[in-house]
Amino acid sequence: MTTDVDLPTAVSQQFPSAAPRPSLDCAAFNVPAGDVLAVLQYLRDTQAYDFLMDLTAIDWSAEQSPRFTVVWHLYSSTKHTYVRLAANCASDAEPAMPTTSGLWAGADWHERETYDMFGIKFTGHPDLRRILMWDAYPYFPLRKEFPLAGLPTEMSDADINAEIGVGVIPAPMAGGPFVATPGEPMSDAEPRAKDEAWNEKSEKPE
Amino acid sequence: MVAWVDFFTHMVTASQEVTYNSKIEGDVTVTRLDSAINWLRTNSMWPMPMGLACCAIELMATASSRFDIARFGAEVMRFSPRQSDCMIVAGTVTYKMAPVVRRIYDQMAAPKWVIAMGACASSGGMYRSYATLQGVDRIVPVDVYISGCPPRPEALLDALMKLQTKVRREPALKKQFSAA
Repeated sequence: MTTDVDLPTAVSQQFPSAAPRPSLDCAAFNVPAGDVLAVLQYLRDTQAYDFLMDLTAIDWSAEQSPRFTVVWHLYSSTKHTYVRLAANCASDAEPAMPTTSGLWAGADWHERETYDMFGIKFTGHPDLRRILMWDAYPYFPLRKEFPLAGLPTEMSDADINAEIGVGVIPAPMAGGPFVATPGEPMSDAEPRAKDEAWNEKSEKPE
Repeated sequence: MVAWVDFFTHMVTASQEVTYNSKIEGDVTVTRLDSAINWLRTNSMWPMPMGLACCAIELMATASSRFDIARFGAEVMRFSPRQSDCMIVAGTVTYKMAPVVRRIYDQMAAPKWVIAMGACASSGGMYRSYATLQGVDRIVPVDVYISGCPPRPEALLDALMKLQTKVRREPALKKQFSAA
């Protein structure tokens, strides 16, 4: 991957508020939430980063402030380079970010997914609804406090809920999630070395 | 005309006395009602292809000429629940999709059967997560489960034959008006 060597100086001249962000691959910047639209428009129109590769977010957990960071990945189809942009949400309880769906139509669904998973509201979005979970789903599943197994709730259809009498229940983890923790010797780190004597029927011993 | 008086008892070699003899009986065949109805049901079991993930690819392969589910009378995949008898749940059922699966099952006319095809439909499979229904038997009654991720077409054919065996054994009118 080629790198865009002139980009960091060009961006920092144009936007003094944009700080370089540690990155192992492409150029990356931290931008205040208020400047995001201007920087993205500058990158698209002046620097030829015409393609929005990805739009996602990071939850740094409830103990951290700022808690939520929105991340944009752009690609230039003429320079064949990438650039990454990150902006912290000002509020931890009601995270919000201006929408970029006016710059790239493709941002529409990315922002809906980010809203669905993290609960970040994109102000000015034309149709900010959930996209993966159903509309009445009460949680934001990719937030740090949300367990992988899920939390009990109702399914989307009231008739069906009344008929079958079961809703969403936490998935049985039975010793999972089955990932090896880094740093340990493999014999201790791998899932089978951990206690899996408990499951959804017998409680985990304290 | 084939004699199938002893179809119900699965006798391979029948004596001449109990089999149909056209010289004596003409065009009349005598059998049990259960046996006749179940014979029709087992050999024209039209599937409702509930293809939700990669198992649906194997379901399509089962319908293709190499495996040819038509040999068992189940080649008529009906995408209308009103016209189908057997729902093949092929794939991962998410909680968002689960009410839809149940509603389509409700719309099928009785008698109706369900095959849970593959690990995901049977138990949630590898998807131990907030988004996945942990087994389709939590929302619809399942007749046959198929292991595999995804199962080979032979496994689906085996499940279909097992379901046919099961249907042959059940009282034909019991399922006629029941909801499940």
